[in-house]
Order: sequence, then structure tokens, then C-alpha cells
Amino acid sequence: MTSNWFVSMAYFVVTVVFILGLKAMASPVTARRGIVWAGFAMVAATVVTFFIPGLNNVGLMVAAIVLGGGAAWWSGKVVKMTDMPQMVAIYNGMGGGAAAGIAAVELVRGAEHDAVTSTLLVLGAIIGSVAFSGSCVAFAKLQGLLNKAIRLPAQNNVNFFLALATFGIGLTVGYSAAPSGFEIFLFFVLALALGVVLVLPIGGADMPVVISLLNAFTGLAVGFKGFVIGNPALIVAGIVVGASGMLLTQLMAKAMNRPIKNIIFAPITGAAAEGGEAVEGTMRELSAMDAASLMRYGQKVIIVPGYGMAVAGAQHKVWEMAQLLEEAGVEVVFAIHPVAGRMPGHMNVLLAEAGVPYDKIFDLEEINADFAQADVALVIGANDVVNPVARTDKSSPIYGMPILNADMAQNVIVVKRGKGAGYSGIENALFYKDNCRMLYGSAQQVVGEVIQNVKALEG
Amino acid sequence: MEGFTALYIFMLAAFTGYEVISRVPVILHTPLMSGSNFIHGVVLIGAMVALGHADPDEPLQLVIGFFAVLLGAANAAGGYVVTERMLGMFKTGNVKKEGGAQ
Repeated sequence: MTSNWFVSMAYFVVTVVFILGLKAMASPVTARRGIVWAGFAMVAATVVTFFIPGLNNVGLMVAAIVLGGGAAWWSGKVVKMTDMPQMVAIYNGMGGGAAAGIAAVELVRGAEHDAVTSTLLVLGAIIGSVAFSGSCVAFAKLQGLLNKAIRLPAQNNVNFFLALATFGIGLTVGYSAAPSGFEIFLFFVLALALGVVLVLPIGGADMPVVISLLNAFTGLAVGFKGFVIGNPALIVAGIVVGASGMLLTQLMAKAMNRPIKNIIFAPITGAAAEGGEAVEGTMRELSAMDAASLMRYGQKVIIVPGYGMAVAGAQHKVWEMAQLLEEAGVEVVFAIHPVAGRMPGHMNVLLAEAGVPYDKIFDLEEINADFAQADVALVIGANDVVNPVARTDKSSPIYGMPILNADMAQNVIVVKRGKGAGYSGIENALFYKDNCRMLYGSAQQVVGEVIQNVKALEG
Repeated sequence: MEGFTALYIFMLAAFTGYEVISRVPVILHTPLMSGSNFIHGVVLIGAMVALGHADPDEPLQLVIGFFAVLLGAANAAGGYVVTERMLGMFKTGNVKKEGGAQ
């Protein structure tokens, strides 16, 4: 209990600063300031906690903070920008693990709690464990350690009964006066397994939504833990994150037109993707030189970047090309699908890294009407987000997802590594259209060639 | 804490979270997810309290508490670094673009 007046006051200030920081992060102008404020608040909260009277094991505490904080600080500094989503996933998982750990200590200690507190303790333990193991699976998938979406036979039944068993034993553990060590152990094993089986079958394009959902879960778990240990700072910070995370998850799911329950209970898999109609026609290639002249002598070029561009590290080259074209009097803008990259906004971050000013970057709603007036839509490493079957083919798994209308442009140039299907394994009808030409090769190399050719046209 | 007081805090915090994010432009969704990920790193102080109340003669409690603090610290530190790096890329001075979050 935080009976100490000084500590309670400090926690109150910290909580206010957290909320103000989060609010500041909601605008590009103040976002940087927001995270710095929140950072100071976190340091203050940590320091003040040492002043709570009657705490044991302080040496162990300092060691854990230095070790965990140091390792995470270092890994966060060295990670590449394209790998950010999995880092967010793994740090989030660690938060969930910490929340589950608090519950484990309370249970093992056999602390006495009333019914409401016990319920929140058990719920927080389950949610925290699910966030922890689920985030580890999400990390493994995004990092490429685990490539396949694994679907158990009768997946939904397995999920249901595992969840039931977890809650069942959770209630036993939570309400009995002195739960045995084995019961507590079994409870956490089941809760962790639940997180694994929930995330394992989810693959491909649904991953960002899952990470966001797990982020919200951790927030809730932290809020519940705040109640259990009687700390309002944890309650408020946790629930604020839980609620905002839930909303963010909904926004993402809505952008993909995939209700959250469909993502969890009927994930897009290779097998389901085969349900779509076969696409007819042939794909036609064009040379880098033709691509260069099409864009150089056009009025308006809309670039549609996708994760493929980011993986190839081509964003700097793409921006260089865009600047060259602008010098030649061509209007160049970037069109970003809400789920381009691995998370909403991820592509904006990657373009910002390359120096693209954000008044050149447009959302789906802002730009979709402009494609009809564009001379060239240049699609680089994007696939599903420009697939017109989402508008027409009811049997396609991505039917109904809003797409960028790249196919409406006079000419469509698609930069692609090879002829295979996209990240979700769905055949793209755009590539077979009459106004579409393919430019094969890695984005980095292809855009480099286009730059050479644009320069040659100036000479 | 009183059960009902806590319930009110829950409710108000939930509305706050909802309000804070509902006006966010799409370009900030990933940094914001990362930022909120950092903020629930405050679980660190909960883990410190749990470890602080653990019985120094019970190795199991100490081990679990130790890892809870370790993971909480990693959540906070990692979350901060990653968010700060992402947001550092949004240069100020450019024309502010309003993307609808709806």
C-alpha cells in the first residue's frame, strides 16, 4: 500500500503526465515532446517507488532493472526501422509477462484478498500470460522464425476448452485460501498455452491487428494488477492503454474490413485464399527506360509503397527518384493504405525516415479520387492493397477490404521481385489488366535503374 | 481501495483512453501504439512492489519477482527507445497534415 504521502503525490503527478504525454503523441507536431515527458514520468515513478516504506530485496530489484532495462534499451537502439513492429510486439509481451509475474508472486505468497480483488487478480494473470506468450509467437512470426500459420484440427473448439479450463482452474486458485504450488503452476501453463494457440493460426496481413489487441490486453492486465496491489497509477495508466488499444485495434480491423472476431476465429490462410476465382490474362513486362519516360513526361505520378519496398530498403532511392521527377515538373505524391507495411502508420514512419515530407503523403480516402487523373501509378512492393478483386470477387478472402484505386490510373507500373502471389498468398487481378506493366527486380535495384534513365532523359 | 471508487476510476480511465486516441491521424498509429506500449511499462513499479513484498527467505517468490521486475523494466526501456526513434523522424516545420482517424 502506498500510505506514504510523498509517494502517492508523485504517482498522481506521474499519471497526469502520462495522459498528457499520450495526448501530445496524438499530433505530429507535439508527438516527440509527448514521449519525452512520459519518459521523465517513468523515471520519476521508478525512483519514487524505492521510497515506499518496508520494501525488501532492494538489491535484487536494482539488478533486475539494470539488466532488463539495459538489454531492452540496447536492442531498441540497434534494431532496423523495418523490424520495429516485432520489437513493439516483444516489449509488449514483456509487459504482459511482468503483469503475470506480479499475479504469480501474490498467489505464491498466499496474500489474502476479497472476492473482487481475487477475480481481478486471476483475470489479470490470464490476460497478462496470454499477452506474453501471444506476443512471443507474434514476434517469432514477424521475425521470420516461424513462417507458417499453424491451424490445429478443430481450432475453435481447442481454443474454447482451453480457455474454459484456464478460467476454471483460475477460479480454484484465486478463491482457495491456500492454493497448492502445482495448481498455480498448472494455471499459468494453461494460460500461456492459450496465448500460443490463439496467435499461432493467425498469419499474414492480420498480424498488426493482433499486436494491437495484445497491446490492449497488456494494458488491461496492468490495470487489474494496479487494483490488486492498490496502486492508482497502474490502474489509470493500464486502463487508458487498454481502452485506447481496443479502439486502435478496431480502427485497424475496420481499415482491413476484417471484423476482429473473424481475425481470431477464421484467419486468412493459404487454403482459404484458394477460394477466390482464377484470374485470367497475362502479365506484361516493361523496361526501366520505358518506366522512366512514362513518369518523366507525365503530369502526375502517384507512388504506392508497400512492405516490399521497405524490406528492400529502397525508400531513400524512391524519394531520390521522386525529387528528380519533381525537378522535371512532375507532381509526385505518395498514397498509403491504412495497413501498408506491417502496421497502420508503419509506412509513414519508413518514408519519414527517408526524408519524405508528410504533406506529400496521403491516406486512402484523401487520394483515391485522384488516381483517375494520374498518368502513372507506381506500385512498389505493395500487392493486396491494390488488388481490385477486393471490390468485385465475393469469394475472395479480401472481398470488401478498401483498396487504393491504382488500377484507375492511365498507366500502372508494378515493381515486384518475382511473379509469385503476395504476403497473403492471393492472386492479384491488377497485374493482368491492360493498363498494367510489370517491372521485375528488387525495388532498390529497379528504382536505381529508373533514376539513371530519368537522368539520361535530362541530358 | 473501495470497490466502487475503483470502478469509477476504471470507467473514467477507459473514457480518457478512448478520447485521447480518437483524434489521432493515421500516420501516428504505429508510434502511438508503441507509445501506449511504453506507458503500460509502468507495470514496472507494480513488479517492484511485488518483489519488495516477497519473503526474502522464499527463493520461488524472489525468482518470480525478479523476472517480473526484469520484464517490466524491459517493457519500459524498450518501449521508450523504439517510440522515441520513430517519433524522432517526424521533422517539425513541415506542413501539418490532418489525416482522419475515423
